[in-house]
Amino acid sequence: MEFIKDPEELDYNSLGLVAGLEIHQQLKTSHKLFCRCPLVLNPVEESSYELLRYLRAGKGELGETDVAALTEVKKAKKHIYKGYDTTCLVENDEEPPSVLNTEALELTLLIAKMLHSTPVDQVHTMRKTVVDGSNTTGFQRTALVAMDGWIESSMGRVGIETICLEEEACQKVEERGSEVVWSLDRLGIPLVEICTSPDLKTPEHVKEVALKIGMLLRSTRKVRRGIGTIRQDVNVSVRDGARVEIKGVQELGLIDRVVAYEAMRQHNLLVIRDILRKRNASVRDTIYDITDVFSSTRSKVLKKAGKPIVAIVLEKFGGLVGCEIQPNRRFGSELADYARSMGVGGIFHTDELPSYGITDEEVMRVRERVDAGEEDCVVFVCGPRAYQAIEAVRERAKHAIFGIPNETRRALPDGCTSYMRPLPGAARMYPETDVPPVDVDFEWFESLELPETLEERVENLTSYGISSEMAHQLVDSEMDDLFEEILEEVGGVRGEVSSTVIARTLTSTLSELRREGVDVARITHEHLRDVIKAVANGMMAKEGIPELLKKIAETRASVGELLSEVRKEEVDVEGLIRKVVEERKEFVLDRGEMALGPLMGVVMKELRGKVDGKVVSQILKKVIEGTIEYAGKKR
Amino acid sequence: MKSGDRVKVSSKGRTYEGVLMPSTTDCIVIKLDNGYNIGIKNPEEIIVLEEKSEKITEKEEKFAITELTKPEIAILSTGGTIASKVDYRTGAVTSQFDAQDILTEIPELMELARFRAKLVYNILSENMKPEYWIKLARAVYEEIEKEAYGIIITHGTDTMTYSAAAISFMLRTPVPIVFVGSQRSSDRPSSDSAMNAICASKVAVSDIGEVCVVMHGTSSDDYCLVHRGCKVRKMHTSRRDAFKSINAHPIALVRYPSLDIQKISEYKKRGEEKLKIMDRLEDKCALVKYTPGAEPDIIDFYVDKGYRGIVIEGTGLGHVGEHWIPSIKRAVEEDVVMVITSQCLFGRVCDRVYDTGRDMLRAGVIEGEDMLPEVALVKLMWLLGNYSTEEAKKLVNVNIAGEISERSLHDYYTIK
Repeated sequence: MEFIKDPEELDYNSLGLVAGLEIHQQLKTSHKLFCRCPLVLNPVEESSYELLRYLRAGKGELGETDVAALTEVKKAKKHIYKGYDTTCLVENDEEPPSVLNTEALELTLLIAKMLHSTPVDQVHTMRKTVVDGSNTTGFQRTALVAMDGWIESSMGRVGIETICLEEEACQKVEERGSEVVWSLDRLGIPLVEICTSPDLKTPEHVKEVALKIGMLLRSTRKVRRGIGTIRQDVNVSVRDGARVEIKGVQELGLIDRVVAYEAMRQHNLLVIRDILRKRNASVRDTIYDITDVFSSTRSKVLKKAGKPIVAIVLEKFGGLVGCEIQPNRRFGSELADYARSMGVGGIFHTDELPSYGITDEEVMRVRERVDAGEEDCVVFVCGPRAYQAIEAVRERAKHAIFGIPNETRRALPDGCTSYMRPLPGAARMYPETDVPPVDVDFEWFESLELPETLEERVENLTSYGISSEMAHQLVDSEMDDLFEEILEEVGGVRGEVSSTVIARTLTSTLSELRREGVDVARITHEHLRDVIKAVANGMMAKEGIPELLKKIAETRASVGELLSEVRKEEVDVEGLIRKVVEERKEFVLDRGEMALGPLMGVVMKELRGKVDGKVVSQILKKVIEGTIEYAGKKR
Repeated sequence: MKSGDRVKVSSKGRTYEGVLMPSTTDCIVIKLDNGYNIGIKNPEEIIVLEEKSEKITEKEEKFAITELTKPEIAILSTGGTIASKVDYRTGAVTSQFDAQDILTEIPELMELARFRAKLVYNILSENMKPEYWIKLARAVYEEIEKEAYGIIITHGTDTMTYSAAAISFMLRTPVPIVFVGSQRSSDRPSSDSAMNAICASKVAVSDIGEVCVVMHGTSSDDYCLVHRGCKVRKMHTSRRDAFKSINAHPIALVRYPSLDIQKISEYKKRGEEKLKIMDRLEDKCALVKYTPGAEPDIIDFYVDKGYRGIVIEGTGLGHVGEHWIPSIKRAVEEDVVMVITSQCLFGRVCDRVYDTGRDMLRAGVIEGEDMLPEVALVKLMWLLGNYSTEEAKKLVNVNIAGEISERSLHDYYTIK
């Protein structure tokens, strides 16, 4: 095997690439999963209280303490939680959770049905140990709802292993040293987790299925939208490689690249493994304190990193630590990740030295001190937590001879990944005894009606006489139900207001206003409904819709209030039209009666929809005719 | 087939493999290999693949590490959520660890002191009885005789303050006797038990020579408060800072994790008192809450049953409806000690202000000053157990263990 530098060179079939997806989607329910708090995210500045907590690793119900949990606790972090008027004692971990939110469970069952999965007879809420602070309890509540489903794809059926209902974790606000600040408002939002079988065969296949599941979820219309409301984790392994779970792929567009780069990383690490074995390489257990070697160093980086400085010797690793395994990431980056996870800034290794102001002579003295040969690589770290860090590096380096460690990794913006923590095991689940199990009876599951798919929905909407693009926009912005309701209220397709006007109001008009900087969030469905009704009743012209919506956003007044205000203003329609025509006299004389169309637009804009278009058109026509007539006489 | 066996379950054309778990419903519950539990209704077949292995896990003995120069604290365990774990039989949290397990769970304790541990009994807080207080008092007495430098009593939070009050009356102590518990069970990573236990140990080696309760001071893990054992009440069902000093200031606070002790009010110093035990309690005492329109039958009932002391939790300054006065009068005539306290909890009773109050005093009711109703009950049990009725009557409103504050200070009342 040889090093691969470009993912294009990868042959996924011969690599034995196996990938699976874990999709997390926030649900849109009336309240959170285990309390009555609303699903509202707040600016951190609006936080009304703050809690400070430490977490300790608990024991799993089978008596084992989870590796991932232990790793976090070793780091002993101080967690600060920001609370709001929209959070309660349940988020604070100061009150037992209420029963499982039935609305969320029903929605999860519906999703399970859409994915041809079988629900369990009784749903048990579990505690999944998570001691990174993202949950105030130190665990995430999660329940397995359904299993063994499938979804169709271009490369055949892809299995859906499990569908779980979970609580969302806190949002990390900032991290300052050993202190982490979290926001409590996101904690407890219902989250559905869909895990596919490891049936995905290429990076493109992963992307296709991720998109497909995303669309399916959206067709329920009960999922939250916007940044961070859906997250994809992807599990990747190659033959002889490791099971690696990659978290936080923010953009779906990046997911294929993440998979390709991970396949490449695992392949290259296997190449390194083979070389190490051939060289008969090993990792020496001894940790050397080499602080004094650098007692008079001029390296600013070293001085800043602190003391002690400790080193280990990777025998016959020379040259390999600097090997690139992903674009701009070397084997050394892997070791550095482990060091960082223990609270130091990074590592130094002899493959990349002299550098960072560390001199050749200093490197030689280090080698001498730790009794390292030319073919060996010396790695050292600095700072108060240097010993813990170098131990972590040593264990990772040992693993390189053996293979690739199973890990949870974090997706980086360029598609590469970095180490987060060891892959959690099953030991971290124990029953949430505060939440009673819930029976899923057959009739309940049977009675759930499958929603139209988004494609079907678009198709159906076009039957109202709107373009397919508009229908897409309605569906995309989840305005389609409102559209149908309003259309029916104003007399259907043959009613007073054309379906296109309604659709446009709900889609492009709102997005144009948003672009202008109008706070369209203040415009409620009720407002939109009333505006269209006002047009239908002849109380205002359709041209006035954008202006009125703008006023609504500014004043939060009702449509009725705003219209009666408008009526109070005395509008001299004819005077205004005469003024417009007079100002454009040459144009009118040039175009004759054809000027009516263009001037209509000008007048309606001036009137901002206060007067019906038909009336305006009549007066305008009269005035234009008069102007032409008068000019003729003069001549 | 038993819990812990590895099984294969067939149901509706599917098979599930996992470890059989206890179930409290008609479903069978198995733990799948992914860690999740699921319930299966009416399975067609269950095959045991592998019986539960009876692995005995050896307890780690870490106690030898502690330096012998450190003072020795005796931990007396009574059960409660500072030492609890999940019970599969009921699906709820119950006490299961003995005192030694606490040290295994919280190794930081060993930096403060040496520990010896004793399980006095293991019962849920709500199942506590006065006879257990006596047992506890004797166990504490024994430990102090055996030269424990301080005592820690782990206790469920529900009735901790009753026990703390009982020990406050039953023992004169030269060393700190510290009650500690937790509001979030110790099987959780977010449990308050470790911090409470660490702060309690700090108090147990301090110069505070009193019975006290050490629990979280706020919802955060920033400090614990040291409350006087007979001036403290659990005021919240679930918050970490549920314990509040009522009609008194706490004795001190212990910062976490620095463990600096900050004095808040005066206290008896270590060694100021000589060890003494008065461990009799009169069971036939009751606490009765007066509510609008309530009939006095309950008083008559207790008197007929031969009760010797009744604490009434009256309204406001310490009142009951006029229609209760004949029953009270009769009780007093039959030598029952009648004590009035207030359901306001905050403040002092005073029955000299209104006619009803004056009538109550004339009927023979004794004002319980600013004592908490539950503390007054425990005190009455202790008084009637160790003194004659006449002596007991005289001692009801005399401060014995810090249960009565002489003055009501402005900032004793701090509820929003």
